[in-house]
Amino acid sequence: MDYSQFFAMKQEIGLMVVFLLVFIFDTFMPRRAQGAVGVLSCVLFGIFTAWGFCPCLLDGVSDAFAGMYEAGPVVVNIKNILNVGVLIVMIQALRWARQDMVVIRRGEFYELLMLTLFGMYLMISSRHFLLFVIGLETASLPLAAMVAFDKHRYESHEAAVKYVLTAVFSSAIFLMGLSFVYGLTGSLYYSNIAGALMGEGSSALLITALAFVIAGVGFKLSLVPFHLWTADVYQGAPTPVTSYLSVISKGSAAFAFMVILFQVFGSVYADAWEWMLYALIVLTITVGNLFAIRQHNMKRFLAFSSISQAGYIMLGIMAFDGMGIAALMYYVLVYIFSNLAAFGVIGAIENNCGKVDMADYNGLYRTNPRLAFTMMLAMFSLAGIPPFAGFFSKFFIFTSALSQGSVAIYVLVFIALLNTIISLYYYLLVVKAMFISEETSTVATFRSAASERIALWVCVAGILLLGIVSCFYTHLLNITAVA
Amino acid sequence: MDLTLIYYLVPSMIMFCCGVYGFITRHNMIAMLISLELMLNAVDINFVVFNRYLYPHALEGMFFTLFAIAIAAAETAVAIAIIINVFRAAKNIDVADLTKMKN
Repeated sequence: MDYSQFFAMKQEIGLMVVFLLVFIFDTFMPRRAQGAVGVLSCVLFGIFTAWGFCPCLLDGVSDAFAGMYEAGPVVVNIKNILNVGVLIVMIQALRWARQDMVVIRRGEFYELLMLTLFGMYLMISSRHFLLFVIGLETASLPLAAMVAFDKHRYESHEAAVKYVLTAVFSSAIFLMGLSFVYGLTGSLYYSNIAGALMGEGSSALLITALAFVIAGVGFKLSLVPFHLWTADVYQGAPTPVTSYLSVISKGSAAFAFMVILFQVFGSVYADAWEWMLYALIVLTITVGNLFAIRQHNMKRFLAFSSISQAGYIMLGIMAFDGMGIAALMYYVLVYIFSNLAAFGVIGAIENNCGKVDMADYNGLYRTNPRLAFTMMLAMFSLAGIPPFAGFFSKFFIFTSALSQGSVAIYVLVFIALLNTIISLYYYLLVVKAMFISEETSTVATFRSAASERIALWVCVAGILLLGIVSCFYTHLLNITAVA
Repeated sequence: MDLTLIYYLVPSMIMFCCGVYGFITRHNMIAMLISLELMLNAVDINFVVFNRYLYPHALEGMFFTLFAIAIAAAETAVAIAIIINVFRAAKNIDVADLTKMKN
């Protein structure tokens, strides 16, 4: 075997180097130096993220291990998007990791975070289902441990149980579907499966297999009707872990889902999975929205909002062309900044006075105007109000779906548009509570920690600039047009 | 009587359905975990049988099964660790009692 193939996995190797450095520092440095482990992780990971944009990553061969692994320009860009999100999560978590109950295990938090990211890299880069499944489990098992991270809080355990049981259940369903695919085609390589399915048309076994596969991934993406774990897990998990789950984990699952559906089942798009995805999108967007309206806990509220956002993300897959891929990547990028801004504000307030109810946000503008303003930007961006980035991401994803041109897709986009209006209502409820409510705020004026402020500034810059500076979307469109 | 593919696939499907049924109806978390193991093992049988009967020239399904077994073991380890945590906190591993966040 030619071991130099491993050098095709440049970003994976880089991430492992960062992980090992942090791990060695955490394990062997004296106790008084360990306070720096969080900052060290952020700095090292920041360097790694910046290195990801270096064009030299695209040099040399992009696939390895007889085509099991691939890292072309699209994949590298997807990983960069995830890296930026993870970096923001890491910076946001610095303050939380200084709490008394967490401080002794804070190194583990950063290490597990990087391990799950490693799993997500494998999910996105794999072109063989064995590697994909390994990546999927590497991504979801450490996450279960992270959800259980707040050992002193009962909710954290409850959330972890719900997460780990549904994760295993969903991977069992996914594997069952995979075994049918294997029985049908005799291979687990994406390309071989696609070749075997070409011209086959749809059979009962293929539809069953696809239903299982889509259900399995649907759990990870929390698409309705596989979303029931989401609200409880988001509420119970520590806030940095919740934000990680809602943006990075969901984003990577969406990318991996896209790769599987396009590359493996692309030839049976119209026969087998178009209508499945159609029904899922309608259900996801609508149910997510309707349940979000009646939530009072901010984390639960964002959980349902993220369910409906996952439906919009899936619209990019419905488009089924290069523009759809670009729109999906752009949507996830914008979603990362908007949602992390919202979670950053929630985390800052929770760290300071432990309040996460929407009622506590009444009159927040008078005590903490900057946090309230940031939250307002995040809500506007999530709802898709121009000129913030969320408007453009929704616009592009609708455009790409409409370019399909069939009447069914027009109806789908129309339903999605109606839901945007519904979502406007509950996003504005938060804004109303913060700015218009006459009650005096229960949250006293405070100055958030430097790390939280840095993360929020980055998010605000992202929300404001990503939409107006068009080069981001053009860049994504260029690389997906080539691929 | 020669054993054909169907003699393996039917029991594995029954195992899988038992697993799903058990996962949904059981209240004890350990029993739920056992049901999950049933589902994962049904998948392993499927892979091995498809490999043996339909595509005997390659070993892809067998290898996948080996990895799937290892992954299932890792999943069980993490799940049991978390269930022990819950037991310490609540002195109980009945899922029907895990409803604190519903309200």
